[in-house]
Amino acid sequence: MRYSAFQVLKNALTGNTGWKPVWRNPEPKKAYDVVIVGGGGHGLATAYYLAKTYGVQNIAVLEKGYLGGGNVGRNTTVVRANYLLDGNLEFYSKSLEMWETLSQELNYNVMLSQRGVLMLGHSDGQMEALARRGNANLATGDDAVLMGLDELRAFTPYLDFDNGRFPVKGGLLQRTGGTARHDAVAWGYARGADLHGVDLIQNCEVTGFRIENGAIKGVETSRGYIGAGKVGMAVAGRSSQLAEMAGMRLPIESHVLQAFVTEGLKPLINTVISFGMGHFYISQSDKGGLVYGGDIDGYNSYSQRGNLPMVEHVAEAGMALMPMLGRARQLRSWGGIMDMSMDGAPIIDTTPVDGLFLNGGWCYGGFKATPASGAAFAHLMATGQHADYAAKFRLNRFETGHLLDDEGTGPRPNRH
Amino acid sequence: MRITCPHCGERDSREFDYLGAASLLERPENPAAFTDYIYSRENSAGDNAELWQHSMGCRAWLYVVRNVTTHDIKQVRLAREART
Ligand SMILES: Cc1cc2nc3c(=O)[nH]c(=O)nc-3n(C[C@H](O)[C@H](O)[C@H](O)COP(=O)(O)OP(=O)(O)OC[C@H]3O[C@@H](n4cnc5c(N)ncnc54)[C@H](O)[C@@H]3O)c2cc1C
Ligand SMILES: [Zn+2]
Repeated sequence: MRYSAFQVLKNALTGNTGWKPVWRNPEPKKAYDVVIVGGGGHGLATAYYLAKTYGVQNIAVLEKGYLGGGNVGRNTTVVRANYLLDGNLEFYSKSLEMWETLSQELNYNVMLSQRGVLMLGHSDGQMEALARRGNANLATGDDAVLMGLDELRAFTPYLDFDNGRFPVKGGLLQRTGGTARHDAVAWGYARGADLHGVDLIQNCEVTGFRIENGAIKGVETSRGYIGAGKVGMAVAGRSSQLAEMAGMRLPIESHVLQAFVTEGLKPLINTVISFGMGHFYISQSDKGGLVYGGDIDGYNSYSQRGNLPMVEHVAEAGMALMPMLGRARQLRSWGGIMDMSMDGAPIIDTTPVDGLFLNGGWCYGGFKATPASGAAFAHLMATGQHADYAAKFRLNRFETGHLLDDEGTGPRPNRH
Repeated sequence: MRITCPHCGERDSREFDYLGAASLLERPENPAAFTDYIYSRENSAGDNAELWQHSMGCRAWLYVVRNVTTHDIKQVRLAREART
């Protein structure tokens, strides 16, 4: 069914009895031309573009839990294209461009809200770094506005500008950045893939690969063996574990990132704000909850729940930036396991195994990356060529020295 | 999470800084092995041998074996003794 205002009206008048399940729940077939492992944003988007853009038929997405139960449904939904280095710049630029028409593309409202993304500066040095970043964004064709104190006081009057330790000096605003509804992205891509004939198979964990003479033959799963011509790995925080089943060791550590939400409040925060001191960022959801987060806990973790020191740190950073936060009640906190790559940038590449492809290492940036990542991974799997906007996300860059270390912190995942 | 420093006793994890996998102690002789040494990681979901520094205490570097799913600390030694 195509969603439209007409359908909404018609169903309103007929007791909402006309809505059908959004995707099928098929039994796995014996074999597929392409198997995508992982039913998160990236896996679903990849399957969608493979079917839609490249006309690949006979595709399955295998998800060990339920669709969208991973990081795609756990993130804080920030979408932006204000990175610093070539490689990241053109990729996130492409992704933001795709976001702008994604609801129309999928016929599914992903609730993209371009309310702006503001990065604050607290010292002269930081303001210079923001100016440099803004110039890089402008040169890529994205927008950037360097804001002085007066402008900023008018735009976000509720910040603690004169904080004794971290006074606010200015900020860099990207007006086209903002937020989107994370679940809708997973559901929209899932529905689109299903409509193009992709089998979405839930509760199906990949437990091994069948590899013969260096080429992929299929996957062992909790629901039996499934043959495959090509296999794409898109399992977010589990990339190392999955790749190990194919004998690979990746430049990745798995870390937990936490997020927090308060009770619903009246409209208060008009943009997405990131504090330049200590990692803290905040926005307000359409339901009114203040959504915020900080850094990863700082040491490897596969526990899908964070520890208390980071809860305290995030609360302190939030209070330093916006003292009124202390009046809001925090309702929930949760965590997600992320691939933290050694340079902080992702990997979309072939592997030493013929027909086995890798999409991983997304760190903090994987939600905003979803459309371009799916499109680039589908392009690579269908044509064997790297999409030009994702050509630098190579696995061998760690060997050749072409690192994409946007933060300039070296091979320390907990510093990115 | 609390870590028992061999010098200072059981302390809050916030007194410690995390560096990464303890395999960093095994610096290779062969330059060709360096990419792997610097960038590749085991990253399993079980016990992980890693390096922590008691930076807000005695500043000693520690070799810690920790379960990365439950955060149980299985072993703490001075890194210089673990190196042998
Ligand atoms: C708290 C938090 C906040 C974040 N905030 C932002 C943000 O504001 N902006 C942003 O851009 N990014 C953000 N991110 C990062 C972003 O969410 C991730 O990088 C991105 O969602 C990862 O890609 P994915 O959607 O495909 O992952 P997932 O949704 O995690 O999908 C991977 C799927 O693979 C499945 N899987 C794993 N192993 C197997 C197996 N063996 N067999 C079958 N299936 C398997 C998992 O069950 C999972 O569903 C945040 C992350 C977290 C945790
Ligand atoms: Zn000590």
